[in-house]
Amino acid sequence: MNISGQDFIYGCSAIGAGLAMIAGIGPGVGQGIAAGHGAAAVGRNPGAKSDITSTMLLGQAVAETTGLYGLVVAIILMFVKPFG
Amino acid sequence: MGGGSEADFMIHGVVKYTLFGQELWLTTTTVGMTIITIVLLILAFAANRTMKKATDVPGTFQNIIELGMEMLESMTTGILGKEARRFANYIGTIFLFILFCNLSGLAGLRTVTADFGVTFLLGLVTFAIVQYQGIKNHGVGHFTGLFKPLPVLFPINLIGEFANPISISLRLFANMLSGVIILGLWYGMLPIFAKIGIPAALHVYCDLFSGCIQTYVFCMLTMVYVNDKL
Repeated sequence: MNISGQDFIYGCSAIGAGLAMIAGIGPGVGQGIAAGHGAAAVGRNPGAKSDITSTMLLGQAVAETTGLYGLVVAIILMFVKPFG
Repeated sequence: MGGGSEADFMIHGVVKYTLFGQELWLTTTTVGMTIITIVLLILAFAANRTMKKATDVPGTFQNIIELGMEMLESMTTGILGKEARRFANYIGTIFLFILFCNLSGLAGLRTVTADFGVTFLLGLVTFAIVQYQGIKNHGVGHFTGLFKPLPVLFPINLIGEFANPISISLRLFANMLSGVIILGLWYGMLPIFAKIGIPAALHVYCDLFSGCIQTYVFCMLTMVYVNDKL
């Protein structure tokens, strides 16, 4: 089987895209911790449910950013093909 | 994209034109933005007409407008306090625009905010407002503030300033693009029986839930950045 240099670069780009998505672990853990603490806060003070929910969602959306950077890198490697 | 698959989630060109020797395209994003702008204009004129002859006992449409205005007011005063009235116009405008752009995937358009050109421009406008407020309220202190705790920290402070527009625009872009890609793959690559019913749940999460949350987050972060410079 003959693999040209171009195909080799595409294959390595796909592997790199997969590795970039390891960045998804961090936000998953962080969002889970935030949601857990949010649930505990609602249990302690059910009256402040709406405030707690909006704060939790804002914090989760900000914590998600690092994972999304990984996603952007993976998408650029897969579809924009900067090295091909 | 390569691979010979039928999944289609890319931006397509509609009309080609040349400007100063450059080949440029009107894309599906441009078409979507035009449609959304027209819809928003019609809504604005209808709301203006309704509010000019407002009644004591509000009708359905007047009720919706008043509810929206109250939500906008509580959202802005919650963060900006006394200065809220000066920024409520801008926040309300970008809130409606981003919300309609995020939901345009439900109307059969390609989601408008899944184009980095749109979100980066929104981020740049936020950046410009933040810098203008900083210079207006602090004068030279806006620039000397970059050396504040220690002069050694200047590069980090500078990067922190310039990372704001990139981070808020990438957040919105990547969230909407992930929804577009997931739905494009689902519609393009699965057999016909998988396309009945199940995409509705995906649309609810990727377009409705994610879109509304990201709209809220974009407006909140814009206000937080502006509030830092007041």
